[in-house]
Amino acid sequence: MNFGFTEEQELLRNQIRKFLDTKCPLSEVRKISKTKQGHSEALWNEMAELGWLGLLIPEQYGGVGLGWIDLVVLMEETGRFLYPSPLISHTLCAMAIVENGNDAQKQKWLPELASGKVIGAVALQEQEERYDSIGVKLSAKVSAVGVSLSGSKHYVSDVAEADLVVCACRTGVSADEVSLVLVETQSQGVSNKAAVTMDATKREGVLTFDNVRVELDAILGETNKAWPAIERLNDCGAVAVTAEAVGAAEQALKITTDYAKERIQFGNQIGKYQGVKHPLAKMYVDIESFKSLSYFAAWNVDESPEELPRSVSLAKGYAADILPQLGIDCLGLHGAIGYTAEYDIQLYLKRTKWVRPKYGDAGYHFDRVIDLGGEK
Amino acid sequence: MDFDLSKEELAFRDEVRDFIKENLKQKVDNDFGVSFNQEWNDKVREKRWVGFSWPEEVGGGGGSIMEQVILKQEMAAAKAPSLGTCFMGLAWVGPSIIEYGTEDQKKRFIPDILDSKYQWCTGYSEPNVGSDLAALQTKAVREGDDYVVNGQKIWTSLAPFAEWMILLVRTDFQVEKKHEGITCLLVHMKTPGLEVRPIENMAGGSFFAEVFFTDMKVPVANRLGQEGDGWRVTLTALANERSSIAEVTQMERRLEILKALAVKTKKYGKPVLEDATVRRRIARFEAKIEAMRLNGLRYLTKQLKGEPLSSETSVNKLTRAELEMDMGDFAVEILGAAGPHMRGSEDTVDDGKWAFSALNWPDVVIGGGTPNIQKNIISERILGLPKD
Repeated sequence: MNFGFTEEQELLRNQIRKFLDTKCPLSEVRKISKTKQGHSEALWNEMAELGWLGLLIPEQYGGVGLGWIDLVVLMEETGRFLYPSPLISHTLCAMAIVENGNDAQKQKWLPELASGKVIGAVALQEQEERYDSIGVKLSAKVSAVGVSLSGSKHYVSDVAEADLVVCACRTGVSADEVSLVLVETQSQGVSNKAAVTMDATKREGVLTFDNVRVELDAILGETNKAWPAIERLNDCGAVAVTAEAVGAAEQALKITTDYAKERIQFGNQIGKYQGVKHPLAKMYVDIESFKSLSYFAAWNVDESPEELPRSVSLAKGYAADILPQLGIDCLGLHGAIGYTAEYDIQLYLKRTKWVRPKYGDAGYHFDRVIDLGGEK
Repeated sequence: MDFDLSKEELAFRDEVRDFIKENLKQKVDNDFGVSFNQEWNDKVREKRWVGFSWPEEVGGGGGSIMEQVILKQEMAAAKAPSLGTCFMGLAWVGPSIIEYGTEDQKKRFIPDILDSKYQWCTGYSEPNVGSDLAALQTKAVREGDDYVVNGQKIWTSLAPFAEWMILLVRTDFQVEKKHEGITCLLVHMKTPGLEVRPIENMAGGSFFAEVFFTDMKVPVANRLGQEGDGWRVTLTALANERSSIAEVTQMERRLEILKALAVKTKKYGKPVLEDATVRRRIARFEAKIEAMRLNGLRYLTKQLKGEPLSSETSVNKLTRAELEMDMGDFAVEILGAAGPHMRGSEDTVDDGKWAFSALNWPDVVIGGGTPNIQKNIISERILGLPKD
């Protein structure tokens, strides 16, 4: 029984933290988030060297062959530093190929993803945000000569930076007859409209397919049978953004706690007053709680997949439920200075707003918890 | 990360399961209370599962941390009666006596606690001293072989039923720090000069009381620890944190019952569980209970690695307090007009147990330190904010 990290994982954490602390402090984050690209190629390449872009990719394909608990360590730290990069999208794309791809697809893409030369993403959502199979409408006509795609995917993270996108598309009539198709964004007829979200470290947008033709070997897994894989991708996305949110929330709490120790009003550090210290204690309880939930969800991804849906919905539901208020409270406890662009706490408030709906908000996840009830 | 049990731990788990299969005749199907069963008690006592964490030489079971968790988990899952019913004796009086007691005190009190012979109560709070416990004013003056005690305690849980009390008094008023000059005494409840006046709570029960001391003589032999060392004795007692495993199983069970209530309760012909708000609130309870379970496992892992726990246990205490208040209240809310109807009313539901629990929560919520005190502990000891 060990619900904690190994020494290697703690070393990995220290290594990542040191890396980001030196190379991507918030001053750098601010610079990067003002660029069109929204991430730093130099840092991306360094992370590739360190193996972090291929954490989940087996060694035979150039990756490191680690699991989701290791990934959570990485995500907590990228979240803590608000590191702007397509890392989550990239990781999910790689995972989709590792779990669903045939050997040729793995040979072709995984080494490229592990080295960071190809940036991956996943396109699961459409204009009407929904998390059931009916929501997958992007038309993909499969014939003897290939697949033809028409329509669009929405809320695609890192859409402008991605070279390769795993797309959920409709290949059959009945609800669950959907497929995953690998699309290179260079292909004829693919275009995107990317946007900077409220959180400038997170980019996402629309990916449009205008009669795009891809080969049959671009289909990932069996045609019409991809719904479980799509649901799992969405769940893993939720685990990843929740893990990032753990790091971000811990940092927001630290910034605010530090401020409460420094700021003097009425002759005392404001952290002496219960009106300040009690909300901070409540945040600590909430963070500890959704942290534990997210660790368990991450563990289930690899070790007990049948328990993943309930565990991830409890984790993301909890996180989405409390994070926006946590962001608001952290900012509020700073007073006017928290509202200035110059001060860092506002960056974390923005992250809480971005993460709330990503891969499902509390409404979706908590509803699902009740639906899954009894399946303990 | 793994949730596996070692070979020895699995063997112990099987031993517990076999025991339960053989000996548990009647499950405790009561999510709010406890029940006593002499036959069961004798049998678990024989296994040394009462006081399982205590050293073997005082009659305990000498169980490892992990074995304690397994035992509690299996017992809770099987809905078995509690392991011993001398609640405060097992939770903190016993551990304090084991650590600070004389040989005579150990011989006199520990076997009785393990046999659940009687209840202990805890004389801490005073009319002007609640959360700020160290400011206590009950006075004890040494006269020969006795302490003469004058003063008053209040909110003393189980005082109307207890045979002994662990009592904090002030033996020195000339101290620089209020934590000094406090002494711990073990007092028989029939001692002349001790008077118990039960206080009725809002749910109609009388489980706590005021306790008055007028020139009450307590033999020096009944002092626990050194004179003036009472605060340290108390901290040890309170640090003897119980694992939250059993509570979590109890909360999980209550959630199941709450869900069932939301299915059988209908509004406009439809189960209220179909209502989006109701679903979301119940799922939120579920998330918090599961978080308690997993937080507990994370802190347990720390203990197993030999790292001392600091104030992390306040995290689950706070969550539990919140759940106690909110779940009882939520049940009464979804019952609508029937919600406020108590036992005996034509319109009451489940014999009034929801109405009762909506009024009975302070027992748990305030007993071990109010939520505000837990927040002080977290913000000061964990976040390092200044004391107020």
